Amino acid sequence: MSLALRAGQRSHLAWAETIHAEWTKLRTLASTGWLLLGAVALTVTVSAVTVPAATVAPGLDPAKLSLTGIQAGQAAVAILAVLVISNEYSTGMIRVTLTAMPRRHMVLAAKAALVGGLVSAAGAVAVLASVLAGRLILPGRGFTPANGYQLLSLGNGPDLRAACGSVLYFALVALLALGIATAVRDSAVAIGAVLALLYLIPIAAVVVSNQHWQRHLEQIGPMSAGLYIQATVGVRAQPLTPWQGLGVLALWAAGALVLGGLVLSFRDA
Amino acid sequence: MTTITKYRSPVQDGRDGFPQLLRAEWTKFRTVRGWVIAMIVAILVTAGLGLFLVAASTNVSCGTGNSSGGSGQVQHGAACQTTLLLGPGGEPVTDSFYFVRQPLAGNGSITVRVTSLTGLPPSANGQGDMQSQLMPWAKAGIIINQNLTNGSAYVAMMVTGSNGVRMQWNYTSDAPGLPGAVSAASPRWLRLARDGDTIAGYDSTDGAHWMQVGAVHLAGLPSAVQAGLFATSPQFIEMSTRFGSGNISHSNTEATAVFDRVSRFGAWPASTWTGGAEGVAPGGAAPGGYHQAGGRFTVTGSGDIAPAIPGPGNSGVGHQPIGFFLVGTVAGLIAVIVVATMFMTAEYRRGLIRTTLAVSPGRGRVLAAKAIVIGAAAFVTGLAAAACTAIGATEIAHAVGYSMFPVPWPTELRVIAGTAALVAVAAVFTLALGTMARRSAAAVMTAIVTIVVPFFLAFTDAVPAVIGEWLLRITPAAAFAVQQSTPQYQQVQASYTPGLGDGFFPLVPWAGFAVLCGWAALALAGAAYLLRRRDA
Repeated sequence: MSLALRAGQRSHLAWAETIHAEWTKLRTLASTGWLLLGAVALTVTVSAVTVPAATVAPGLDPAKLSLTGIQAGQAAVAILAVLVISNEYSTGMIRVTLTAMPRRHMVLAAKAALVGGLVSAAGAVAVLASVLAGRLILPGRGFTPANGYQLLSLGNGPDLRAACGSVLYFALVALLALGIATAVRDSAVAIGAVLALLYLIPIAAVVVSNQHWQRHLEQIGPMSAGLYIQATVGVRAQPLTPWQGLGVLALWAAGALVLGGLVLSFRDA
Repeated sequence: MTTITKYRSPVQDGRDGFPQLLRAEWTKFRTVRGWVIAMIVAILVTAGLGLFLVAASTNVSCGTGNSSGGSGQVQHGAACQTTLLLGPGGEPVTDSFYFVRQPLAGNGSITVRVTSLTGLPPSANGQGDMQSQLMPWAKAGIIINQNLTNGSAYVAMMVTGSNGVRMQWNYTSDAPGLPGAVSAASPRWLRLARDGDTIAGYDSTDGAHWMQVGAVHLAGLPSAVQAGLFATSPQFIEMSTRFGSGNISHSNTEATAVFDRVSRFGAWPASTWTGGAEGVAPGGAAPGGYHQAGGRFTVTGSGDIAPAIPGPGNSGVGHQPIGFFLVGTVAGLIAVIVVATMFMTAEYRRGLIRTTLAVSPGRGRVLAAKAIVIGAAAFVTGLAAAACTAIGATEIAHAVGYSMFPVPWPTELRVIAGTAALVAVAAVFTLALGTMARRSAAAVMTAIVTIVVPFFLAFTDAVPAVIGEWLLRITPAAAFAVQQSTPQYQQVQASYTPGLGDGFFPLVPWAGFAVLCGWAALALAGAAYLLRRRDA
């Protein structure tokens, strides 16, 4: 009786406890810290190396330029998110997890919330550092108000959109990777699949000479569409508006999570 | 007393030579169904992406005006050919110039003095900063043409905008003559002398002391050829990388040369000169013209006599060579990287490594056997993928009416074999990373961040061309240079970047491949050291 009562009480706390359990697992893995650090370092390094090489040219987008590193840093983000679930499969921990927390979709939701939050925090650091680098270096490269370029500032609407959007981009890439990894379980396969999905479509879009195909590839590619959020110059010429673009990535992430959730619920662990 | 006979197993001792080790590793590889499937997927993805790209390609992407897309805005005042002009060697060429000519019916020579070569304002765009700009490879001089057909064999002696006197023949060949710019104070004398099938070129500063620049044998040169004065000037290409949206603009240029002291010896049946624009001047440039006063000729022309260069900013715009369509290799490579990693890390995960090392205690030998097996499997995968793409691309291009940029067969062979070697060595590199890291995630990430990401950043112009080129010099991604299908000509001005759809690499093919081999050797050495030192 008392046992049943306690079990009933516990169900109210299940969400908080699931989060707590997942947080403990995530926090105590050495790889989590390293990968977050790697994501920030990769982003800031690539941005800081790119910005000084830029020269003033018509249509060059200072915000997008300063945030170039996102394209490299997302690799570490994707791998972090993959490992959150695939490590459990490789060590067999998943059986313990699902025994302790039999509501499988809640486990996935907790993982998604945590990895999304962590990656957003790291993304915010990386984006702020990249924007700061752009702000400091770009005027020296001729990107001055005299040449028609506003100084990069989070006070400008479009710049703020690019910066916040890039943080969201990181979080959505992480969710996409988590969803795919839940579906395929193996870390190496999941990493390969996620990075192929991200990087290949923009490469294909460069190669294809048919404008029609090129436009469609860029509209559906999770990376090319998602990065429209970084545009502050020539926004109207883009195939999608910034938020539509990020929306495409969000659809990819949602689709992957739903797929992962279904597979997790209906398959033996 | 009982004698104890030692037990001897009736089973014969197994041999533990290297071939047995290779066989063991091969058995491990082929019996994991997922790996074999992944390798097949690698072939399908590489070839599938390439063939899709061929099918989705058109030759008419070079419309005038602006077109925006992944490689961004391309403003084309460029020559917009839907068919490529082929030179005597079968290579695509551009052949447009202003020609003031006479027939030469046998042996003979022509000698001229060039006193000036100047540029004229570009006739398109008309940007102020380009007024009277003389292109570095503006050309004017004398030429002997097999006939008046576009793309015919020729030999020419010319002065250039800023590359001194050159002797050029049959589009791709170039030999330097006297250096320095031409002016009235420092004129250049040029001479072409024909003897049968051989044409020799000479230059001189004073018309008295002659130096032979070269002698060229043009097999099958007819008795009657066209010879005379010419002038031409290539397009001005302005590239601004906008990272992810490169911008290329072209403008036509003109060159005007002043000739005098024109003298002819030998079989020249005509007495008057005929002027005319040869070939299609790019982007509707003014066809040029000539003016004769006394012994003085002023010839103005626009265009180029040179090999065509593929790429959206270049003369071969709208046509891409086979290496371009092998871009799917990157996709296949990701699958191969995953398999190569797991070929080692799966042993650690399952604890099989202890069995492996107990059976074959020579750890270096185990690593070598694994490297050979995964390298060979990856080589076959890469070879199949590249060969399927190359063969399929030809078929599909034919079916959809797309004309690819033709590539000589030895180059095509190098691209295919090079792709296979690239995939093989990348797999060995990844195997070594997997041995060092022992965790698949870390190894896959390192391999992808060092091979795929640099290629991606350079290829899609995500970073400025300068950085893209450095990435393709020092990272393992340098090996993608084996897929460059057309040579970079030092005597042809063009956009030779890794991105913007040009597909040119900063290192020559085998040097780029050597960079990857160097990384693989380093990683293998590290892996062998760690494998020996660490407990399994």
